[in-house]
Amino acid sequence: MVVAAVGVLAVVSLFVGVSTVTPATLLAQDAQALLVLLVSRLPRTLAVLLAGAAMAVAGMIMQMLARNRFVEPSTAGTVESAVLGILVVTVLSPGAPLMVKMLVASTFALAGTALFLRLLAFVPLRSVLVVPLVGLMLGGVIGAVTTFFAYRLDLLQSLASWTTGDFSGVLRGRYELLWITLALTVVAYLAADRFTLAGMGSDLTTNLGMSYRTVMTLGLVIVSMVSAVVVVTVGVIPFLGLVVPNVVSLMLGDNMRRTAPWVAVLGAGFVLVCDLVGRVVRHPYEVPVGVVVGVVGSALFLALLLRRGSRAA
Amino acid sequence: MIEVTGATKSYGDLRVLDDVHLRLPRGGVTALIGANGAGKSTLLSCMSRLLHLDAGAVTVDGLDVSTTRGDVLARRLATLRQDNHLTARLTVRDLVTFGRYPHSKGRATADDLVHVERSLRFLDLEDLADRFLDELSGGQRQRAFVAMVLCQDTDYVLLDEPLNNLDLKHAVAMMRLLRRAADELGATVVVVLHDINVAACYADHVVAMRDGVVVHEGSPEQVMQTHVLREVFDLDLRVHRIDGRLVALHVA
Repeated sequence: MVVAAVGVLAVVSLFVGVSTVTPATLLAQDAQALLVLLVSRLPRTLAVLLAGAAMAVAGMIMQMLARNRFVEPSTAGTVESAVLGILVVTVLSPGAPLMVKMLVASTFALAGTALFLRLLAFVPLRSVLVVPLVGLMLGGVIGAVTTFFAYRLDLLQSLASWTTGDFSGVLRGRYELLWITLALTVVAYLAADRFTLAGMGSDLTTNLGMSYRTVMTLGLVIVSMVSAVVVVTVGVIPFLGLVVPNVVSLMLGDNMRRTAPWVAVLGAGFVLVCDLVGRVVRHPYEVPVGVVVGVVGSALFLALLLRRGSRAA
Repeated sequence: MIEVTGATKSYGDLRVLDDVHLRLPRGGVTALIGANGAGKSTLLSCMSRLLHLDAGAVTVDGLDVSTTRGDVLARRLATLRQDNHLTARLTVRDLVTFGRYPHSKGRATADDLVHVERSLRFLDLEDLADRFLDELSGGQRQRAFVAMVLCQDTDYVLLDEPLNNLDLKHAVAMMRLLRRAADELGATVVVVLHDINVAACYADHVVAMRDGVVVHEGSPEQVMQTHVLREVFDLDLRVHRIDGRLVALHVA
């Protein structure tokens, strides 16, 4: 049923926008409408679905790896590191193809996330709330470095476009990198049991005959690449990886084999709704999806924090 | 057989295991006893490759635990540490099913599910099987973890204080269960125990440690003697025979 609802929304998304594209105009073989559909609307809808599903799953993996409910790529320094990576590649090699930018951003994201996990090892009291705070602080420091250099190099405007998730610029030929996230999400699903095990800690993982380090590395690579691809193509979508997995966890628990499909579908649906809202709310202008998700997501995040924080403490 | 040779482990300046040599033959229940900080848990963790030794080696049936592949060992040896805190929300059945992971690699067969149900029944968890672990009491959770370890169906089972958090009834049930695992399934069970009377009653073999060294080992009769216990615990304990069992009085 949820899948059907997301499907319906996806179809709706194809017909919402400034130029008039309706089933009627398509049936009338309106060449203009067909062009808009194929070049803009369809890529946009696909991009929303891919990015939403992948970021939500990445958030869930992050929570397993850090063994904490309140981390996700945008509260663990991952996304900020990816942005720093894009800045570096933009400055050093402005004409680099998107693929190269993505790989550099992935590498930075990987390093940033690894640093976060290293830092956690030094935090003596790993209370539920300290972990995301460490991540937010790390992200803040990395973000400040990025902003400083962007300011000095007159790149603040580009920076804003990377840090605010926005699907309005998605056109055919400029989103295809996102298919990589689908592949990564599938890999994440195939390795779901390993991530669930990693969420049980290194002793239990070792006891059951798996290399904790290997699982951690696989998870870090998936999370970093997904974050980098999404940041490079559409920008940061905050809180998504936090809200969706937590809601699913409350309903169905954390056995990733069972919950990953739900997280993916709900993540896609959540971003789709936010993107639609952003497109409709002050038509014919748009509110970037990052802003809508940020507003809705942070409210939900607070609600979860108060609810879960009180129970875990 | 588990064979420990020259096992040494330090945390900073503190030497927790000091050149330990130990041979535990197959079968039966072995209890590791000793005061806090004697090195029992560290030794158990090293035997089950959760900790790495600074020097020395541990072999299980001739396989060196530090070099043998993890999944090969996981089908031979199962272990459980003392405090198992999960942030992940899993149901009891999910957790126990993970015990089959070394065999099933996540694709549980009908045979795996039979093992799961048997473990749940063994530990009196059938009614709780579909509850989430974070909704259970400490003792119930402890039983769920032990069920997972037994579900692994290994020749060797190494448990660190499995009676933690258990009430009297379930503590007795747990020791009987470990006894049955040894007698009926032929498992080799090694447990760290606090209560020497429990150890004397249920174990075939008792290993007493102090300051990172094995100070005594033998049958319960050999270890349950006032002079031996004084050496292990620094306490004068009188040992009585009550209904055929050796009991050290430590409350008087």
